Amino acid sequence: MGKSPLLDAKIPSGPVEQKWTVFRGDADLVSPANKRKHTIIVVGTGLAGASAAASLAEMGYNVLSFCIQDSPRRAHSVAAQGGINAAKNYQNDGDSVRRLFHDTIKGGDFRAREANVYRLAEVSVNIIDQCVAQGVPFAREYGGTLANRSFGGAQVSRTFYARGQTGQQLMLGAYGALMRQVNEGTVKMFPRREMLDIVLVDGKARGIICRNLTNGEIERYAAHAVVLCTGGYSTAYYLSTNAVSCNVTAAWRCHKRGALFANPCYTQIHPTCIPQSGDSQSKLTLMSESLRNDGRVWVPKAKHDQRRPSEIPEDERDYFLERRYPAFGNLVPRDIASRASKRVCDEGHGVGPTGYAVYLDFGDAIKRLGRNKVQERYGNLFAMYHEITDDDPYDTPMRIYPAPHYTMGGLWVDYNLMSTIPGLHVLGEANFSDHGANRLGASALMQGLADGYFVLPYTIGAYLAGERLGAIGTDHEAFDAVEQEVKESVAALLKRKKGEKTITEFHRELGKVLWEDVGMSRHHEGLETAIRRIREMRAEYHDAVFVPGEGEELNRSLEMAGRVADFFELAELMARDALQREESCGGHFRQEHRTRDGEAKRDDKNFAFVGAWEYKGRDEEPVLHKEPLVFENMELKQRSYK
Amino acid sequence: MDNHLTLNLLIWRQSGPEQPGMMVPYTISGVSPEMSFLEMLDHLNDDLSRRGERPVEFDSDCREGICGTCGLVINGIAHGPKSACTTCELRMRSFKSGDTISVEPFRATGFPIVRDLVVDRGAFDRIIAKGGYVSVNTGAAPDGNAIPVSKFDADRAMDAASCIGCGACVAACPNASASLFVSAKVAQLALLPQGQPERDHRALKMVEQMDREGFGDCSNHGECEAVCPKAISISHIAIMRRDFMRAAVQ
Repeated sequence: MGKSPLLDAKIPSGPVEQKWTVFRGDADLVSPANKRKHTIIVVGTGLAGASAAASLAEMGYNVLSFCIQDSPRRAHSVAAQGGINAAKNYQNDGDSVRRLFHDTIKGGDFRAREANVYRLAEVSVNIIDQCVAQGVPFAREYGGTLANRSFGGAQVSRTFYARGQTGQQLMLGAYGALMRQVNEGTVKMFPRREMLDIVLVDGKARGIICRNLTNGEIERYAAHAVVLCTGGYSTAYYLSTNAVSCNVTAAWRCHKRGALFANPCYTQIHPTCIPQSGDSQSKLTLMSESLRNDGRVWVPKAKHDQRRPSEIPEDERDYFLERRYPAFGNLVPRDIASRASKRVCDEGHGVGPTGYAVYLDFGDAIKRLGRNKVQERYGNLFAMYHEITDDDPYDTPMRIYPAPHYTMGGLWVDYNLMSTIPGLHVLGEANFSDHGANRLGASALMQGLADGYFVLPYTIGAYLAGERLGAIGTDHEAFDAVEQEVKESVAALLKRKKGEKTITEFHRELGKVLWEDVGMSRHHEGLETAIRRIREMRAEYHDAVFVPGEGEELNRSLEMAGRVADFFELAELMARDALQREESCGGHFRQEHRTRDGEAKRDDKNFAFVGAWEYKGRDEEPVLHKEPLVFENMELKQRSYK
Repeated sequence: MDNHLTLNLLIWRQSGPEQPGMMVPYTISGVSPEMSFLEMLDHLNDDLSRRGERPVEFDSDCREGICGTCGLVINGIAHGPKSACTTCELRMRSFKSGDTISVEPFRATGFPIVRDLVVDRGAFDRIIAKGGYVSVNTGAAPDGNAIPVSKFDADRAMDAASCIGCGACVAACPNASASLFVSAKVAQLALLPQGQPERDHRALKMVEQMDREGFGDCSNHGECEAVCPKAISISHIAIMRRDFMRAAVQ
């Protein structure tokens, strides 16, 4: 397999256990006096962005921090529920850095880079220490030590949590650290700003163009390096567990300026979400994976069984995860649980009004632990479920179904978290690096904070020390050109058209196509149809979509219009990537490639690579580059949770 | 289809911070009881968009009650009629066909209106910046289990820490006080060993900033606790006052 010259991963040599230590010991440093002379732009204030901005500012850099929300505290990391993994082995149950590394590589179905994942497992222990020191109120045992729970894809208890609001609490910790630096004057905070383009000078990332969402003004900002922490692209599906303003725009526009986009077909469809109820729905709500610790997943053995769950006797229930995967039971990884649920529903065993739902039952847990204990563990999730569905999960099983949740694909980065644009670093869900083809539960929070607190602060110093960049101002001509393009694309969206369909209707249609053909199960013909449909819809969108209001004012419709335009382009790339990957791995399941018992079948001989796409122009075919994945510490074998 | 609702809405429209605003009536039909309140407004906005009218601007993001972005005063109550519930979690089954529903922004001097139902809550960030954290640099932390915290204290700190920063407490308070918001952060850190070194300074600085932002004083009405979507108790305000007094006399 040929390695693309564009994709030098810059992995340090030596044994995997030594790589990060050696890197840190050998990396060039920027002296304290010189750090003050460097400005770094950080876009996004989720776990990756807030932790990076705060850490860089503490080190002495000048930081400009941007978010689309009205406050940095509201970035979508806040909604993560279940927990954060760390190889602390506080439970004395056999955990170690090596085991977390092993679980993450296997969970990702052998499609992640070993060196990055090992580093992630290594720094996981520092993250917990840092967050505890910040006053994050993690769950505790009576003796005062930190509590753990188990999560999908692991046989040890290494997940730290704060009720069902772990993301919120870690987010507020990182936000506090960020606001402390704002108070010190080392971070300048720009809320309600949307990054619409990146500015390159001599081929290096030197600034960004933003739209001020309050007054619509187009603004420019210059720096020595740009750090993108703008999250994932699940909202391409329209209905997902992500917040409604999550989008791919910043990452996509960097892609169009030369950053390769890796593995766009790797999307995570989360098994435990509240099923869709109607066409007017704007989002799907996740029910934390932690519920699978105590809840049992089942469907009626009989097809199209209309009885209430309480009327179905025990021997007429199929606990299909426990039956098919006895070693892991209800705690199999997400991709496996989702596909199993889809399969029983496709076969006619699904429940609820649409037949596309399975039960998640707490009856046994309540009997075993008592209602109070269950309430203590999951009270807020049960209340949320009750509010949304009008059903009380203490009395009747929850109904759940998979929904788009997280995207493993993203901008390609090397070991230093730098994209193929020099100076443009990409952190957290926005990059592609650590989760392979499937992310394990409680690993997104770990990766976001690892990248921001403990990886980027080292790697960006090495970049800046090596480059010795001079200062530039926003009056540089490169800014004029990019700003002009941004203004033209905004104006094009606002041009009056006689459209029948609203932005939302277009987005919903795109989502349906992606869900049907680029969702949990994909095949050649469906993917080709999807590409054709997406192209047609995209042309119609630009001809006919009607965007109300003006550019120079707060205009939510205009914001959405730009994001949906980018989703159309990304969606095509997702389908293309799924088409080229003639194997099944993790969240990417090709019907043509499965084992005799219906599990995903990888093709390591031909597809053990990262697929990174190069943008070639509006109507040009993108070009696929390959970074071969080398496994020196893990044996490549078919994943089994049976 | 017959369970769909038809509603009369009275919505605050204001085209900019300096423009006059007013309540504008709209009638909306085809609202299903499963819709969230914000999906009902999405539905209205799609109608307005199709008719060439300007959609109603409102803030929302996670739509599952945790980010704190949304916040409307519905029939005079911040976040609407259900207790311990954000605007985005509220479902239309709480209303009957034919109801008239008024929809207004969170009003307070400290929250200037940006447009329609969108307000500027930047004051909350400025208060947190004054001390709503533990000053620990990245990399300077001891082992996570080095500082034991009793389960009782950790649970109480978590109760306070569950604040989502939506600002409903301010909107509901006759004095537009931000005391519940500020006290939730002060109390979270006061209840934990990590928060002790900066405890006095924190209470002093955050309360000073709250005053500077134009929020009123607390006079124990309790409206804040009643509307708080996370049911945060006003007992936190007592903790904040105690810490502030102690710090002020030192």
